[in-house]
Amino acid sequence: MSMTRRKALKTGGGATLLSLLAAAGWLKPGDALAQAWNKSAFEAKSMDEAMKALGGNAPAQSKDITFVSTPDIAENGAVVPIGIASAIPKTESIAILIEKNPSTLTANFDIPPGTDPAISTRVKMAQTSNVYALVKADGKYYVASKEIKVTLGGCGG
Amino acid sequence: MPDPMKIRATLVGDSTEVKTIISHEMETGQRKDAQGKVVPAWFIQSITATYGGKTVLSAQWGPAIAKNPFLAFKFKGGAKGEKVQITWVDSRGEKRSDEAVIS
Repeated sequence: MSMTRRKALKTGGGATLLSLLAAAGWLKPGDALAQAWNKSAFEAKSMDEAMKALGGNAPAQSKDITFVSTPDIAENGAVVPIGIASAIPKTESIAILIEKNPSTLTANFDIPPGTDPAISTRVKMAQTSNVYALVKADGKYYVASKEIKVTLGGCGG
Repeated sequence: MPDPMKIRATLVGDSTEVKTIISHEMETGQRKDAQGKVVPAWFIQSITATYGGKTVLSAQWGPAIAKNPFLAFKFKGGAKGEKVQITWVDSRGEKRSDEAVIS
């Protein structure tokens, strides 16, 4: 696979490269990540844009990705608990995308070997929306979605 | 200097379960203040957890992570008395590291 350096930095490959550099002691972890912050992906306004910026074009639907302790209805959009677990072998990263937020991509977690491919966090949701879990495993992308109804928005106001 | 994080690391079987709450405003850049001016975005962009010099989890965040972010994950290994360290960097370039002893 041939990738220019710039391209490599933009995609997941960049994150791996940087984490390798970090492991080799060339860069401190914090510095490496700060440099690699994927601006174009986080500023994407639509699902397609965000998926493209992450390199996850046309991901396959997967039943092996589950939402754990995630509500169907969130009373307060400012604090919506989201838990995502992937049963796909060799899961490398898990991204949370919220379709109807001002910016779609919410978070992208890199899962090094030895770490369970399951994370939970809390997000903000502007309105009722589909939430997507985009999983990269063994170089391929998989996706699962869940609709969360929001009674009170968490952005603006 | 930002407030310290709350980190709890517990050994469950052969894995370590890490839970953390970070004290951070996580401004989205969408909100307006009383004068109608947009409050500029200010949020944690990256977070890294390390154990024994090895990264056990790293993430990039956007502004849609809730205020005072909560994060939970689990990694294989870990030993009682050892330390897990978490570092974050926000969009203003501010940084904070805290560590917790695995119990």
